[in-house]
Amino acid sequence: MIPSLELIPGVLAGRQRDVARLITRAEAGDHECRPAMTELYRHTGKAHIIGITGVPGSGKSTLVKSLTIAARHAGRRIGIVAIDPSSPFSGGAIMGDRIRMNELSGDPNVFIRSMATRGSLGGLCRAALDAVDVLDAAGYELVIIETVGVGQDEVEVVRASHSTLVVSAPGLGDDIQAIKAGILEIADIHVVSKCDKPDAQRTIADLKTMLMLDMPRDPNWMPPVVGTSGETGKGIDELLKTIQTHHDYLHSSGRIQDRLRMIAESRILKTAEELVRQRFVRHRADSFTDQVTQRQLSPYQAAQRLLGE
Amino acid sequence: MQAPIRVLIAKVGLDGHDRGVKVVARILRDAGMDVIYTGLHRSSEDVVNAAIQEDVDVIGVSMLSGAHMTHFPRILNLLKEKDATDIIVIGGGVIPDADAVALKSMGIADLFLQDTPPDTIVNSVRALVEARGQR
Repeated sequence: MIPSLELIPGVLAGRQRDVARLITRAEAGDHECRPAMTELYRHTGKAHIIGITGVPGSGKSTLVKSLTIAARHAGRRIGIVAIDPSSPFSGGAIMGDRIRMNELSGDPNVFIRSMATRGSLGGLCRAALDAVDVLDAAGYELVIIETVGVGQDEVEVVRASHSTLVVSAPGLGDDIQAIKAGILEIADIHVVSKCDKPDAQRTIADLKTMLMLDMPRDPNWMPPVVGTSGETGKGIDELLKTIQTHHDYLHSSGRIQDRLRMIAESRILKTAEELVRQRFVRHRADSFTDQVTQRQLSPYQAAQRLLGE
Repeated sequence: MQAPIRVLIAKVGLDGHDRGVKVVARILRDAGMDVIYTGLHRSSEDVVNAAIQEDVDVIGVSMLSGAHMTHFPRILNLLKEKDATDIIVIGGGVIPDADAVALKSMGIADLFLQDTPPDTIVNSVRALVEARGQR
C-alpha cells in the first residue's frame, strides 16, 4: 500500500489515479490518512465551491452536467462530488448520478466522484468535504457539490459552499411551499429546472414573490431566480454568469470571509462529531441498549455514561 | 471501520437490457457495497475513465448483446494502458462457454452466467477483493 502522504505530489499535479485514491482513503477515515489531509489542506482554498441542492428528481444531476459543459467552454476545470444515499439497513448504496453526466466522460479536466452518505444527515457527509479539499488542491477551479435529494430541512450544504444553488422543479407544490422556512432560505441563487415545461413560469413567479416578502440573509444580495432547461440548454449560460457574479460579489464586499469562517467552524464540528462517534463504536453503545429499552436509564443518562461524564 | 467495497456496474455498447444489471446492483448494495451504476450504452473508454475517478475495486460489466469478445479485451487493455490493473474486472450475461474460458484466460476475474445465485456473486466479489489485498 502506498502511504497517503506519497500521493500528495500526484494530487497536486492533478494525476487522476492519485486524486481518486486519496479521496478513497479520506472517505475511509483511517488514521493513516490524517497527516496527508493536513499536508493537503495547506494547498486548498483556491477553488470556488458551489453547492447544489434540491428535492429528489428536481434535476440536480442534469443541471450539474449542463453547467459543467458550459464552464468547460469557458476553459474552467471542474470537480464534482455527487452524493447519493446509503441504505439504512445494509450500509450499501447505489449511486446513479453519473448516468446523467455521461457527456462529461473522457474529459481530463472534469473529475466526477460519487459518494454515499453513510448515515450522515443533512444531505452531506464529512468525506464529501474532504473530497472537495482534494479536488481543490488538484487544481479544479470550480468544485460542485451535488447533495442527495433533500426534503425541506437539509441545509448542511450551505455550510460547505461559497455559493449555494437551490433547484426547484415546476409542479411540485404551490406558493405556500415557497414561504415555509428551511431549504429555500439558504439559496444564494434559485434555479427553476425543466423550464421548458408549461408551469415553470408559475414556479418562478412564486419564488420571486417569496423573495420579496423575505428578509434576505445578506441585504446586498437578493437571490436571483434563474430558469434553466437541460433539454434545450436555456438559461445555462445565464446561470454560469450569475454564479460568477455571486463569486465576485462575495470577494468585492468582503462577505467571503463570513462564509469561510462558517465553513471552517462547521468542518471542525463535523470532524469532532465523527471522532467521538468512532470512539464509541456500536458495541459500547449496545451495552446500554437493554437498560434504555427497559426504562432503567434515560437515553440522556446512557449518553452521559458513554461519554464518561 | 472497514470501508465498503466499491463496484462500478456498467452496460457497454448497443445493449439495452438492463433488468439483470439492476438486480445485480441491488444484490451488491444489499451486501453493503457502494455501487456506481453508469447507465446504458457506455463505451469501454467511458467505463474505464469512470472506474479510475471513482477508484473502484471492481468493474462489473453486463453483456447481453454478444459483443463480449470485443468489449472485455478492450476494457482490460485500457486498464493496462492507464496503469490501473489493480481494478478487478468481472462480467455477466449471455456468454458461450468457450468464450467464457477465453475471457478468463485474458484476465476477466469471474463470469456470472444465467441462473447464478445472488450469494455466488457477492462471495466472489468479496473473495476477489480480499485476494487482491490493500492497494
